[in-house]
Amino acid sequence: MAKIIYVDHEGTERTVEASNGESVMEAAIKNSIPGIDAECGGACACATCHVYVDEAFMDKVGMPEDMEQSMLDFAENVKETSRLSCQISVSDDLDGLKVSTPESQH
Amino acid sequence: MDLTNAERVVMIGGGQAAAQACASLRLFGYEGAITLIGDEAALPYQRPPLSKAYMKGELAEERLYFKPAAWYEDQNIDTILSVRATKIDRSAQMVELEHGGSVSYDALILSTGSRPRALPVEGADLDGIFDLRDLADVERIRPRMIGGQKLVIVGAGYIGLEAAAVARQLDLEVTVLEMEDRVLARVTSPIMSQFFADEHMRQGVDVRTGARLASLKGADGKVTHAVLADGSELEADIVLVGIGIVPNVELAEDAGIACANGILTDRDARTNDPRIFAAGDCAARPLVHYGRTGRLESVHNAIEQGKLAAAAIMGKPRPSEDCPWFWSDQYDLKLQIAGLSQGYDETVTRGDIAARKFAVFYLQNGKLIAVDAVNCPPEFLASKKLIITGARLAPETLSDTSQSMKEIAAQAA
Repeated sequence: MAKIIYVDHEGTERTVEASNGESVMEAAIKNSIPGIDAECGGACACATCHVYVDEAFMDKVGMPEDMEQSMLDFAENVKETSRLSCQISVSDDLDGLKVSTPESQH
Repeated sequence: MDLTNAERVVMIGGGQAAAQACASLRLFGYEGAITLIGDEAALPYQRPPLSKAYMKGELAEERLYFKPAAWYEDQNIDTILSVRATKIDRSAQMVELEHGGSVSYDALILSTGSRPRALPVEGADLDGIFDLRDLADVERIRPRMIGGQKLVIVGAGYIGLEAAAVARQLDLEVTVLEMEDRVLARVTSPIMSQFFADEHMRQGVDVRTGARLASLKGADGKVTHAVLADGSELEADIVLVGIGIVPNVELAEDAGIACANGILTDRDARTNDPRIFAAGDCAARPLVHYGRTGRLESVHNAIEQGKLAAAAIMGKPRPSEDCPWFWSDQYDLKLQIAGLSQGYDETVTRGDIAARKFAVFYLQNGKLIAVDAVNCPPEFLASKKLIITGARLAPETLSDTSQSMKEIAAQAA
């Protein structure tokens, strides 16, 4: 289990309890977190679950793999901390992880 | 018609479009009653993994569901499952249910989906023959997907080929039968068809095109052989049927709602009855980027029309109508499709087919209308945006791999 904190583009924080093994995207969808569309359901096919990972967690979350990186290249307002949340797997290590969502996924 | 004072919204059909409409209605501030009537036992779930990761056993069932059961309670959404709606009474604004009972509505969303086309041959009712549409179908198929078993797949569309890939990875002996002279004939170009046929053959699938199934033979009620039109017979322990889907329009048709290969809607997903909307596989909608009406069988379409219907009911501005898009996973190949290629007059290939990393662009009168991208997300994502702007790009620019897709997109006229 890990607490994940989602911050929307207006700065509102929402905290959810996520299970190990589920993705940061899935935990968001189950809890109706606004700002994450995740249209393909986690197949790394659509790039609509873009988030910014809090810098303090960048090491633990790690870098995107090639497929994810090439999709991120086409997301709007990409930063060095950008990830697709469907590709971040929840573990105890990530307890307290804070991710921010962009204003739009399109 | 102004429905912003609606007190009860009802959905018939519990798939992705219905789940999206529920979520969007609440997001847009709708506080009235929502009733979702589904003929399956399960709450709304993702269908794409059924022929991919879920079939292979790599995804737990609970991860298929869009929302947990508690969400529907929290959101005060009444779900009536394993129940079929039998009639829409438009004058009384009521939906009648099988086993009696009815639900009244101020606004109704038809998200009735589609059903697999039935196999029109003798023997189609033998044990061991399966459709691949619902969670319940996969639950029946999976225990039989055992290495060494002989699987015959009827139909080389995306579902059939995805299932073939999973079955090979589980070490079944797989034959794919396709009536047309190439795989994916209905949905893509000969270049892509050739690529996917070659890939499946390389993976050990016996791909037979121009092969018409004549009948299925069995013993003790269980399928044993597929008989082809030329008289040849193939041993079969299991047969999977993937020969397309038929939209579920009967409820709408019987109620006098206009249908033509799908329930006809306007851009707001509204039918010719202003209180009734249609979303997802069952709906035929204006394809605004293509200047025609059509029915799309896709996740993008279900989500978008679910949102459009919810927005129209709540009097919100129309959500964006994006470029249609699709995907298919087979082996380690990720196919991403943007746009609709029907009517193309030119193809441009970019990248290296042999390296299994390439894209085929489809042009019509010089305009980019679609792309099939294999392991090439940039080509897919760039095209998704370019297509809806009516972009024109020279073929020699599109195929020039010394330029990135970002650089190419910047040159669009």
